[in-house]
Amino acid sequence: MSCAGELAVRCQGLKKRYGNVVAVDGLDLEVRAGECFGLLGPNGAGKTTTVEILEGLLQPDAGDVQILDMRWGEDDRALRQRLGVQLQETQLAEKLTVEETLRLFRSFFKRGRSLDDVLKLVQLEDKRNAWVSRLSGGQQQRLAVACALVSHPELLFLDEPTTGLDPQSRRQLWDLIVEFKSTGGTVLLTTHYMEEAHRLCDRVAIIDHGQVIALGTPNQLIATLGAEHVVEFALEDGDAVADQWLGQLPGVEEVRREHDVVFLTVSEVHRSVPALLNKLREQNLTLSRLTTHHATLEDVFVALTGRHLRDG
Amino acid sequence: MARRQHPLWELTRARLLEFIREPEAIFWVFVFPVLLALGLGIAFRNRPAESLRIAVQEGPGAVPLAENLDNSPELRARVLPAAVAQNDLRTGKLALVVIPGDSVTFVYDPTRSEGRLARRVVDDAVQRAAGRSDPRATGERHLTEPGSRYIDFLIPGLLGLNLMGSGMWGIGFNIVQARRRRLLKRLLATPMLRSHYLLAYALSRFIFMLAELAALVGFGWLVFDVRVHGSVIDLLMVSAIGALAFSGLGLLAASRARTVEGVSGIMNLIMMPMWIFSGVFFSYANFPDAMQPFIHALPLTPLLDALRSVMTDGAPLVESLHRLAIVGAWGGLSFAAALKIFRWS
Repeated sequence: MSCAGELAVRCQGLKKRYGNVVAVDGLDLEVRAGECFGLLGPNGAGKTTTVEILEGLLQPDAGDVQILDMRWGEDDRALRQRLGVQLQETQLAEKLTVEETLRLFRSFFKRGRSLDDVLKLVQLEDKRNAWVSRLSGGQQQRLAVACALVSHPELLFLDEPTTGLDPQSRRQLWDLIVEFKSTGGTVLLTTHYMEEAHRLCDRVAIIDHGQVIALGTPNQLIATLGAEHVVEFALEDGDAVADQWLGQLPGVEEVRREHDVVFLTVSEVHRSVPALLNKLREQNLTLSRLTTHHATLEDVFVALTGRHLRDG
Repeated sequence: MARRQHPLWELTRARLLEFIREPEAIFWVFVFPVLLALGLGIAFRNRPAESLRIAVQEGPGAVPLAENLDNSPELRARVLPAAVAQNDLRTGKLALVVIPGDSVTFVYDPTRSEGRLARRVVDDAVQRAAGRSDPRATGERHLTEPGSRYIDFLIPGLLGLNLMGSGMWGIGFNIVQARRRRLLKRLLATPMLRSHYLLAYALSRFIFMLAELAALVGFGWLVFDVRVHGSVIDLLMVSAIGALAFSGLGLLAASRARTVEGVSGIMNLIMMPMWIFSGVFFSYANFPDAMQPFIHALPLTPLLDALRSVMTDGAPLVESLHRLAIVGAWGGLSFAAALKIFRWS
């Protein structure tokens, strides 16, 4: 489809405010053709506003947007022919069947897939004649994505496509996205699930307060923590432990507290944990909890903002 | 590549399917007007002329006189004691009391038309029984003016009411719902033409208008023998203009509203004056002259006049052109205004 290095989306200095609330505050983005690009951020970070501006549904207050080498306002219908869009919280007409809904969306596009192909792609073949209102949440969401795929778009926008879905439905949607990408399509995805971003996205921009605060591949972003593991522990006697000596334990890059829980970002668990246990024993302190996990994009977000993605 | 249908047709098809899958909508558009016509048609049917109730006061010769009078098809006569007869006359149960004797006396209230009528009928019967012969033979022929019954007035009224109601509700609700569900916004993200979306509403209204027309006019014809005296094509034209005009108003009512409650309020506000003043159930001539210019400016009034002119009077369409111009102007202006201020997201 497009050669590598070409840009599918490019926006600079994007700004949008609603009254006194600044939703997008000077945001720059570049999405390369053929990649899956993730906008990761908590609710209210400005992800949806950004995507709707890129989709040509909202006017930015300032900034320049280029989509597939075109600008909104030049030839919008020609540009829309090449885009697939799934909006957050769109409810399709309840009393149309799956097939009727797809037929309707298909009719808007000059070229595209056959309904059979799309139904197969989203695994809704046996629901072909079911009313939309009779579908499960996951099926409705797959249909929404199917409506975006009927045209065989070059660029697919997905705004929180898996929010509120059960793990199995989520995985089915992930498969769909991977499948779309494998045929050369570009995806711009928003999510507040770090696992989703990590799994699907070639590159991720972490968004907070309408700005990009970090950008890179998921592994690059995690590497900025300086260590790949997180050790999480709590003591029976809450505040007794002092940060200074924790930071001096072997392999510990960063110390962070949340209420009674202490988070250590460490490069080598096998050195840091025994050292931690020794120190605690010396001081007669008892652990009430100890876990370790691989550092995630969530940890990156927390390290950058001091807040969790889900906190909003 | 799949064969692709025209988007306007697909949009219209989707509207039609959504509508026929809504049982409430089917009831209000097709069943309710027919039930209303049935109820009102029965309540206000034309009754055969009732016979007049009279009494003969007790006395000599009262019984044969009463029998004689009772034989007249227009009279119901009984013999009653004087006191009872006077009382029944006073309370309106009797139209007239006859006091028999050599000279027959009629007691009645001359301010009541029933009394005056009874006096003539009884007098005729008494004179004829006494041997009066009518020197000149007369005959009679009964005439029923076509379209003079209440149901003849009502059916075109309900037709207009239905064109207004389904235009407003059918379009307003669906658009506001699509806006609330963010479906409008989703459609905007496709290359769909906005005009196709709105045009599909007008087209689907046109198709349903044919069905509504057939249901109500067919019902009136089969059950009450209400005929279309003018041309059916003319009736179709008038209905189509009405349906499209009220689609425009429905679109305007729904152009900004974000909630179904909001749009219901707006639509009721628009339709309320027309329910009352435009002459659906009774003639607008009942309202004072000062109100007539206002009443005639409402879109439903000229539409009903045009429907009755074609259906009841059998007049050609040209006689209704000025009325249709008013209806069409309402439709065109509201459609243009709706397009201007329509909120898509």
